[in-house]
Amino acid sequence: MTDGVPWGETSHRFGAAPWWALGSATVGVLLLGSASLGAVPIDVMDVLGMLASAAGLPVEASWTPLEETVLWRLRLPRVALSALVGAGLSLAGALTQGLFRNPLAEPGLLGVSAGAGLFAALAIVAGSSALSAWLATSTVAMSAFVGGLLTTVLVAAIATVDGRPSVTTMLLAGIAVSALAGAGLGLLLTLADDAQLRSITFWMMGSIGGATWPAVGVAAVGVGLPALVSLRWAPALDAMLLGVTEAQHLGVDTARVQAGTVAVVAMMVGVCTSLCGVIAFLGLVVPHVARRIVGPGHRRLLPLSVLLGAGLLAAADLMSRTVAAPAELPVGLLTTCLGGPFFLVQLLRHRRHP
Amino acid sequence: MLREVSLSVAVGEVVALVGPNGAGKSTLLAALSGALPCAAGRVLLDGEDLTRWRPGPLAKRRAVLSQSHDLGFPFTVAEVVALGRFPHGPDPGDAARVVRALEEVGVGHLATRGWTRLSGGERQRVALARVLCQLDSPGRHALLLDEPTSAQDLAQQRRLLQVARRFADDGNAVVVVLHDLNLAAIVADRLVLLRDGEVVASGSAAEVLDTEVLGAAFQTTPRVVFIDDRPVVLPHLLPRQEG
Repeated sequence: MTDGVPWGETSHRFGAAPWWALGSATVGVLLLGSASLGAVPIDVMDVLGMLASAAGLPVEASWTPLEETVLWRLRLPRVALSALVGAGLSLAGALTQGLFRNPLAEPGLLGVSAGAGLFAALAIVAGSSALSAWLATSTVAMSAFVGGLLTTVLVAAIATVDGRPSVTTMLLAGIAVSALAGAGLGLLLTLADDAQLRSITFWMMGSIGGATWPAVGVAAVGVGLPALVSLRWAPALDAMLLGVTEAQHLGVDTARVQAGTVAVVAMMVGVCTSLCGVIAFLGLVVPHVARRIVGPGHRRLLPLSVLLGAGLLAAADLMSRTVAAPAELPVGLLTTCLGGPFFLVQLLRHRRHP
Repeated sequence: MLREVSLSVAVGEVVALVGPNGAGKSTLLAALSGALPCAAGRVLLDGEDLTRWRPGPLAKRRAVLSQSHDLGFPFTVAEVVALGRFPHGPDPGDAARVVRALEEVGVGHLATRGWTRLSGGERQRVALARVLCQLDSPGRHALLLDEPTSAQDLAQQRRLLQVARRFADDGNAVVVVLHDLNLAAIVADRLVLLRDGEVVASGSAAEVLDTEVLGAAFQTTPRVVFIDDRPVVLPHLLPRQEG
């Protein structure tokens, strides 16, 4: 719709083709680097070799069985999960900013993360530590997902009058419900013993550490499907930035697009949070950066947010497991430590010309 | 609240809705656009009840320029105007349509400017370009304008009114809400004077811009003078200026 229209003096435009190719190449390099670096360093050529041989190409094996195990059982699932979760959270952030017509909005406003956190803590305190490790993780994850969905449904229900969602009410309802969930979480923390307390705290700070191929599969579906659906709404989302009434005058089915956006965001954030805990700031910072590069049009903003988010979280996860090796920092801590100051700097630089 | 309002606008006509604050001008426009459902009565577009029109086809036939232009994202002016093409889907001719709309309204030089850097008056003109771009298709259209000249200087007021006039002359219907009675007299074929949700006068400028008629509607006695046989409403002098 906007192709062929002149770009110009707004501070953030590049030609169409280069960003796509450049972005993909950068992310590819990041993912490759992420796969090769870590407590057991694997040569990049060996990584490529193992991938090629798995694809059926004849490659001479120059790697050790240990390296092969590390790559396939630990490294690749982790890199894949960080990319998918990073993509999902960033895309959810871009969609939330469009929904609230505010570039400072982020998915937490809908209450998903608060609800997921509450229900995860519930599962931890209710004694899932008595179960086997795998079952415990899955129980916490499923509980978190249910919690996230419940809070979003509650917020959406409060905000919908006569079948028409009100974004202002949604914002306030999200704040209220998040506060309540926070209170519930606080209560659980007082009931928890030391081990549970530690578990909850680290879960809230986010980690890609438990990455397994089944988790990657869940993320692929839980992020991939909603992402594809949302990309088709790009023109309608652009029109809705003008305002609900204006968009309706343009023929947009605003109630459906709003409800659909909330559902997509809830799904993606719910899945990501349940698999990896709370990873903050991606949904706020990534769309912001993407918008500065390709502008606010959703046809470019959404795919670039996906790309940037995937690369950023993969890089953050790499840092989380190398910076204090052999210990691992929670990745959510890193995204906050890096994202917070970055965002502040952006605000300071651009507060005169928003 | 509107009471017993009956209005029809034909192709080629510009109808101006005038009246005091709170008379219901914007409410009537909102009802005509379909944004405000009618508790009683109907709105017909091309003979068909508005509630029976599907949103897509309706958006291709009627466009609304509202009073507020609130967009907090840094689209370029050209991109904002291009948003008007949403009902039609993407088309290779869109870039040309955008340029045409920008030139018509006189904001061609702003095409690559960021929306957030525009003045209020410039935003109003860009919004008009968007709305014109929305209706850039064969056939008859309805253009509803709510105070399109409120933030414009003399030259731009004239230009925008010319745009509205030309649009009607090209085979479309235009309804415009105006505070300024003289601008209404210049651009419109018919003035509809509202007060407290009712139509108290309807007709040509000469018929509606009458001292008694206006006095009753506005609860103040205006001065109506005639220049070249056309009525012109002048503001009343303040007490200390007289004598």
